[in-house]
Amino acid sequence: MPDTTIQDTSPQDGAYNYGYLDEQTKRMIRRAILKAVAVPGYQVPFGGREMPLPYGWGTGGIQVTAAIIGREDTLKVIDQGADDTTNAVSIRRFFARVAQVATTTHTAEATIIQTRHRVPETPLTDGQILVFQVPIPEPLRMLEPRETETRTLHALSEYGVMQVSLYESIARHGRIAKTYNYPVMVNGRYIMSPSPIPKFDNPKLDRSPALQLYGAGREKRIYAVPPHTPVKSLDFDDHPFEIETWTESCALCGSTESFLDEMIVDDTGKRLFVCSDTDYCESRR
Amino acid sequence: MSAPLLSARGVGKRFGGRVACHDVSFDLWRGEVLGIVGESGSGKTTLLNCLAGRLLPDSGSVTYETKSAGSVDVHRLSEARRRLLARTEWGFVNQDAREGLRMGVSAGANIGERLMAVGARHYGEIRGQAADWMTRVEIDVERLDDRPNTYSGGMRQRLQIARNLVSNPRLVFMDEPTGGLDVSVQARLLDLLRGLVEGLHLSVVLVTHDLGVARLLTHRLMVMQGGTVVEQGLTDQVLDDPQHPYTQMLVASILPV
Ligand SMILES: [Zn+2]
Repeated sequence: MPDTTIQDTSPQDGAYNYGYLDEQTKRMIRRAILKAVAVPGYQVPFGGREMPLPYGWGTGGIQVTAAIIGREDTLKVIDQGADDTTNAVSIRRFFARVAQVATTTHTAEATIIQTRHRVPETPLTDGQILVFQVPIPEPLRMLEPRETETRTLHALSEYGVMQVSLYESIARHGRIAKTYNYPVMVNGRYIMSPSPIPKFDNPKLDRSPALQLYGAGREKRIYAVPPHTPVKSLDFDDHPFEIETWTESCALCGSTESFLDEMIVDDTGKRLFVCSDTDYCESRR
Repeated sequence: MSAPLLSARGVGKRFGGRVACHDVSFDLWRGEVLGIVGESGSGKTTLLNCLAGRLLPDSGSVTYETKSAGSVDVHRLSEARRRLLARTEWGFVNQDAREGLRMGVSAGANIGERLMAVGARHYGEIRGQAADWMTRVEIDVERLDDRPNTYSGGMRQRLQIARNLVSNPRLVFMDEPTGGLDVSVQARLLDLLRGLVEGLHLSVVLVTHDLGVARLLTHRLMVMQGGTVVEQGLTDQVLDDPQHPYTQMLVASILPV
């Protein structure tokens, strides 16, 4: 992938509004967010704007963040659990500049956390907002390519086909092999893609005190899970949903409860396991 | 008191200025197999799609007697209820099995879909029922985890039938179910269908251009020409003593066989 840094968008040059987006666009995105919050798990179309970075770098999440951020906010941005990747650093700098907000790497200090691929290990609290970057918002897309048909399936709650895909996984692998982007039922009504987070994070979505907002830039969809909403991972009675477990503990902080990344540390192929959530790991050392 | 399972009254459908079917009326009773025969372009498939709620007729009505909710006008039901009916109390067997199957998932998943659609959530039980239905349509249970694209044409058609029958439908619509298959494969499929229809006391509306298929499977026949029913009656009577010149022509054309 190309090294992407966000263009200089300093508001001092007068070319950009506060938070980068113009007020009309923000209002439109906010309306979509309100609708999404009112109908948990339902994908709301919105008229997305071109953002100063390519799709795949979190344009959906950035637009959502830009529409809700204010000067009192403290922003944290993570990518695969880390605060220090190029993408996370770029987005954090971007908002520090265009919205003049404080930024942090500490989960507990943040009011808005924009994320790609993880939910922080530190439990979220009332008043926090978690903004997910979503590549493919439609959980039924791989099973049903026609957009008109997936819309009907959601409208009528016809979700047999989703269960068919889980059945097929067990028939093929002896268990539900899906480990990322594991589909969930929101509030007993809509099946939702939790974005490509590990299924390890799915239980954190259930009845979370934080507001979850999901933004898909390319497909221009926003969906939401309001605080304390039930989120159930799909499964079978005799093949219940289970999260990943490790026999190892984190080599840096010793955690046995966090999501671990495997690293090859030398030429002999020696492997180490460390927390994917860098803030969590550092806070424990 | 007993009502017909399916009633059509004055059903008509046009495409642009062309009449596809016109003023079709009949009653279908429990356990009855009704054949709709005619050449291609006679309107029989359009009629079938109107009856099954897949096409909205321009005139007339189709009434169905549900298991527990009394009689309903098929075309006035909400889309949700019509789709629910279609995957529980009804079945639809397409001529091209690929249109009626999910080709990308295993036979077991294909058969299990209707069960899962109405809430079955026990993998072992779903799989058990799928295996049972494989046996009933004479497919080796060893092929349960294989995808239908590895199946022969005849096996695919039998799988499509199992996928429909697993929900214990009372009414099955069939569109040329043996079309496009080799003669020997056809014969085996016809035997199987006849056994299932009798054993399960199914009601069937069967569209075919093949009078041999109609003779073997149906109790009653409607002969369609140019969108209208030109003759109807008991299958044996219609085929042995056709009254309408068009029926006579159809029957004469298969005599050499
Ligand atoms: Zn750690």
